[in-house]
Amino acid sequence: MAGNTEPLSPRAKLAVTAGKAAAAVSRAAGRGSGSVIGGKVALRLDPDLLGALAQHLDVVLVSATNGKTTTTRLIAEALRASGPVVSNALGANMPAGITSALAGGSDAKYGVIEVDEKYLAGVARDVTPKVIALLNLSRDQLDRAAETRMLAEKWREGLQGSKAVIVANCDDPLIVWSASSSQNVVWVAAGQEWKDDAWSCPSCGGVMQRPGDDWFCGECGFRRPAPSWVLSGDHVLDPHGSAWPIHLQLPGRANKANAATSAAVAAVFGVPPQVALERMYQVQAVAGRYDVVNFQGRDLRLLLAKNPAGWLETFSLIDPPPTPVILSVNARGADGTDTSWLWDVDYPRLAGHPIFVIGDRKLDLAVRLEVAGLDFRVCETLDEAVQLAPPGQIELIANYTAFQDVRRRVGN
Amino acid sequence: MSDNSLRLVWVYPDLLSTYGDQGNALVVERRARQRGLDVHRVDVRSDQPIPTSGDIYLIGGGEDRPQRLAAERLLRDGGLERAVSNGAIVFSVCAGYQILGKAFVNDVGQRQEGLGLLDVETVRGEGDRCVGDVLADIDPRLGLPQLTGFENHQGITHLGPTARPFARTVMGRGNGTGDGTEGAYNDTVFGTYMHGPVMARNPLIADLLLKLALDVNALPPVDDRWYEALRAERIATATQPA
Repeated sequence: MAGNTEPLSPRAKLAVTAGKAAAAVSRAAGRGSGSVIGGKVALRLDPDLLGALAQHLDVVLVSATNGKTTTTRLIAEALRASGPVVSNALGANMPAGITSALAGGSDAKYGVIEVDEKYLAGVARDVTPKVIALLNLSRDQLDRAAETRMLAEKWREGLQGSKAVIVANCDDPLIVWSASSSQNVVWVAAGQEWKDDAWSCPSCGGVMQRPGDDWFCGECGFRRPAPSWVLSGDHVLDPHGSAWPIHLQLPGRANKANAATSAAVAAVFGVPPQVALERMYQVQAVAGRYDVVNFQGRDLRLLLAKNPAGWLETFSLIDPPPTPVILSVNARGADGTDTSWLWDVDYPRLAGHPIFVIGDRKLDLAVRLEVAGLDFRVCETLDEAVQLAPPGQIELIANYTAFQDVRRRVGN
Repeated sequence: MSDNSLRLVWVYPDLLSTYGDQGNALVVERRARQRGLDVHRVDVRSDQPIPTSGDIYLIGGGEDRPQRLAAERLLRDGGLERAVSNGAIVFSVCAGYQILGKAFVNDVGQRQEGLGLLDVETVRGEGDRCVGDVLADIDPRLGLPQLTGFENHQGITHLGPTARPFARTVMGRGNGTGDGTEGAYNDTVFGTYMHGPVMARNPLIADLLLKLALDVNALPPVDDRWYEALRAERIATATQPA
């Protein structure tokens, strides 16, 4: 069912060629990888190109508020055990970027595709995926994105009737609601530290009860489904009850959750958990995230956190005090221009760490930390912050464009 | 308000805490403690009764369906209205502000009854959503410096005769009525569209609530260095020619 058995139509071929030419021009002009502009040109010439390119692939879609780039990478590594994979590994996750990535993988058997939350339903219609992995939904960029709850509703409507196997996190009530219109769901107990977007029942509006790891609506009976895969500490339990150790180079609980979900996805294609997990161990950094770089005599670990749920998971993986922490926050277009979300982040958890604050919106962060009663230093530049920190390892946590700024400065 | 303690009530965080407005509770709490007050903060979920003996009640913004549920549950509970008649101070933001009015248009497009604690009524705007930084002059009677905040709403709020505009916009949409008003207030009940959260960018609003609760004219000063730096930056950005 996979492999290029049918050639692309002449129109689709022309579109792919034109897209590659546009990408090459964009690269030559120094404007990044060119994948988005290439995809845009190609889609304009052939609006059905995405579907045509995906036709010969077994497609996996991955969507979530947090962890989609990393999980896409882990699934891609796991499926390489069974055949060539094409993937939008750099996180270009809207239709143009996805089209461009698929156009570059004519020999692939699998397409593993990260999809922006807003585009999931549309892309799922275009590419007829075999599997859709849904990890979590929480507040993110509310000045420009749809409300979180509305997004869950759109997913639910959009996935209705899909023939894909949905691999979904049963610990996030909004994910369970999104998947509840689907026939074929594999539930993974992947955990979710952040709970503040799901205190009211997505089905009836009742107040959610959350004893321990369980959750249920006190009014309508909407409740946590029984999982067939379970993340339990450093192991993932498969549907037969076998426990597989998760060894990752990537740090933190959230990445173990991503690995558990990825193992469940790989199993749909017949890749056994042990094989899948061993391959995931190879992944050391994802688009710069989790990379440790030497900069001015210090080891900087680069961590990306874009919203309250992401910051919460990140706080749980950093080294304990007195490891210094540099925080950087911007509020440019891609970050969302409203910084109010900083107040939903549990910064008091940084007590004891020397804290240095940089980024376009360092003053918003300064007020946030002052109200949290923390000691901190505000610095003009990354260099200044690094020089003020003692030698050794530094944890650097930044939101989206701030993270790109840091990567550029440290040459990552 | 009894002796040295302050009861601070954060209303319905399960429904109305989407846009960082929890920060208002954090700022009021912090600034009260810095003045030596013994703060009891109570977060009341929407399946719990609203205590009627609080000094300051804070209500935040939320999504459209939670807003409808919050209004229904607050009306059924009746505690907030009793607290206000006991002299409590209420400060509300965005969806919370709309709920305190006489009526608003809910997520299913129907006119829904509010608590009527403010003489305002909100309809749904037909144009673009109001999103962006706001700068406004607060009613001089309140003795506060310029208001800076971030708005993100579709509602348009009309003021009745007994509600005073909280501020007049220099930049941004505020109530969205085109007459430059932003927010509304009466003796002890305040409403605004400003996120940011508003107390982080305007800490003297938190102090105003504390003064009203303590019934004093002044408070001991606290270190406002970072608040002042943030305010200066946001106001300069807002007034910069594009």
